[in-house]
Amino acid sequence: MNSKLKEPFVRITKREDTPLLKAWGIRLFSLLLALITCAGIIYLIVKLNPLKVYVAMWEGAFGTSKRSWITARDTMMLLCIGVGLAPAFKMRFWNIGAEGQILAGGLATAACMIYFGSSMPTWALLIVSFAASCIAGAVWGFVPAAFKARFDTNETLFTLMMNYVAIQLTSFFITKWENPIGSNTVGIINQSTKAGWLPSFLGQQYMLNVIIVMTLTIAVYIYLRWSKHGYEIAVVGESERTAKYIGINVKKVIIRTVALSGGLCGVAGFLAVSGASHTISTNTAGGRGFTAIIVAWLAKFNPLVMFFVSLLLAFLQKGAVEIASRYDLNDYASQMITGIILFFILGSEFFINYKLIFRGKKEVN
Amino acid sequence: MAGILSLVQAAIVFGTVILFGAIGEILTEKSGSLNLGVPGIMYIGGIAGLAGAYLYESSVSAPEPLLCFLIALFCTLIASCLAGLLYSFLTISLRANQNVTGLTLTIFGSGIANLFGGAMNKMAGGVGQISVSTTSAAYRTTLPFFRGISVLSSLGVLVYVAVILAIVMTWFLNRTRAGLNLRAVGENPATADAAGIKVTKLKYIATCTGAAITGLGGLYYVLDYIKGTWANDGGIEKLGWLAVALVIFARWKPVHAIWGSYLFGVLFWLYFYIPGLDRSSQELFKMLPYIVTIAVLVISSMRRSRENRPPAHLGLPYFREER
Repeated sequence: MNSKLKEPFVRITKREDTPLLKAWGIRLFSLLLALITCAGIIYLIVKLNPLKVYVAMWEGAFGTSKRSWITARDTMMLLCIGVGLAPAFKMRFWNIGAEGQILAGGLATAACMIYFGSSMPTWALLIVSFAASCIAGAVWGFVPAAFKARFDTNETLFTLMMNYVAIQLTSFFITKWENPIGSNTVGIINQSTKAGWLPSFLGQQYMLNVIIVMTLTIAVYIYLRWSKHGYEIAVVGESERTAKYIGINVKKVIIRTVALSGGLCGVAGFLAVSGASHTISTNTAGGRGFTAIIVAWLAKFNPLVMFFVSLLLAFLQKGAVEIASRYDLNDYASQMITGIILFFILGSEFFINYKLIFRGKKEVN
Repeated sequence: MAGILSLVQAAIVFGTVILFGAIGEILTEKSGSLNLGVPGIMYIGGIAGLAGAYLYESSVSAPEPLLCFLIALFCTLIASCLAGLLYSFLTISLRANQNVTGLTLTIFGSGIANLFGGAMNKMAGGVGQISVSTTSAAYRTTLPFFRGISVLSSLGVLVYVAVILAIVMTWFLNRTRAGLNLRAVGENPATADAAGIKVTKLKYIATCTGAAITGLGGLYYVLDYIKGTWANDGGIEKLGWLAVALVIFARWKPVHAIWGSYLFGVLFWLYFYIPGLDRSSQELFKMLPYIVTIAVLVISSMRRSRENRPPAHLGLPYFREER
């Protein structure tokens, strides 16, 4: 060895097993750092006591029971998309087309509400639109998956383009369903009859949203964790060659999983149209398809963590809308804050998976 | 005839925005980083240029066009380079996932740009629309020897910069030692590392330079395409994703991106020039650029020729210690 060669200032080694508690400590610490950074930036912009700003955010998200329920509804929406994406990501299939799959589902729901609104009883209409949204989303996932399975077409970009096809398709139907004519919006569908609207349950308007998403979350968790399909997904994700070797039909697994993933995102579209806005626009997905990717990734597909990350993001969004209206900013503040927090959390993963060894210090075990 | 000429012109203006994005992204992807933050970087570049120009124009009574031009350019390059640096630091040094980091950058960039864009619109008062007329005029000045030639007479300077940049980038990637090294990093970083190439340094430089070029797309969009104003309508985001698509369409060759970008422009504006389309079929026509991209994606994956493939190590992390 050349003795003149200096030891590098810092070396990086992989940690084998970070204790769970320590890992969560690091994550919480990074979240705290992120909140402090955001507070600093908010202070620079609006010159207000950051603590007051956070209190305002809290009031915006949970100030009244109505607001809490809206936050819950948005949390469920993000969770539903995140849960939908989880199977595809576990297979290392980068489905960034959730946005399009949600819109496809939403379109199907809106179509059912418009065309069958007066001819079906509510329960039948709800079941039909649920199924239709699921199928529409699944089709939107199936197309890129089929090409991926057959020709190994890059799925990241294919699904991305499918988003815009869905957006244009939505614009097309908006011109068809326009109400009132000339407004270029669909308006509230079935405003007087409320046909096809998700009814309130146990006295709460959004209770059914919560129940549906919670059921799906648990079902997907069981599916991924304990079913044969779940095992196949995990193997294909780890190594396609291994999967082929042990006799898994890789093409079939890819198509089935992504169609399922798209179908679940389609259900999110159903919830957005039938369970929340009762209308359809090109903003029905509103970027949540992208945000949910980060939810699913950060949570490593753990449904409980996914729930908390969704809650955090929904809180930030509602809170930022509140400070925006109070202090005369615009809603985009929430996207900026979300971005900063996600950067910190993404960065913190490094300190969980690796450790730094500085020059001159002996490695301690 | 006049219709065709104006379509070509609209296509070139449109194409220039995504051409910048695509050139920057090609450079980035050649080093093995799949940066999905293109729309975010364009947003950041656009708002930085606009803010710089606005601050300068509102602080002096008679703004100097050349100075306007340089200030906006400088602000854009610095801001988008910083965005690239953030992405590089997270993905290369902190080894975060590239796709997730890129998407976060897009969310962050669109948030910060629309927040400040909206605030500036409010600050500008009056009609609630910021306007930097001198800077925008400077960017829309055409080159002297092209004046009077029908289509070319109203194209801003950056249109030519984009074309030249694409040609220079092709030369750089295929004809220089540094370009060869960069491609080696994108194809097989472990081999490149063993050959003595500084992988991390090259990746950092490529990603930051790529981001700076991408940012120019945002600058062009704000100061030329929408004439020095700001609108919170998500226009940049859509174009940013099209730039990502154009990289594939051009099969990672900057020269192909030139005609590809203009073709995208034609496809994008075609609905406007076809007579007798009602509003609903116009919306269907607007799908064309995306459908064509999908078709190219599928066809190139079917042909499986080695020439047209993405860099082998695209999107994958490289950690020397983990070999």
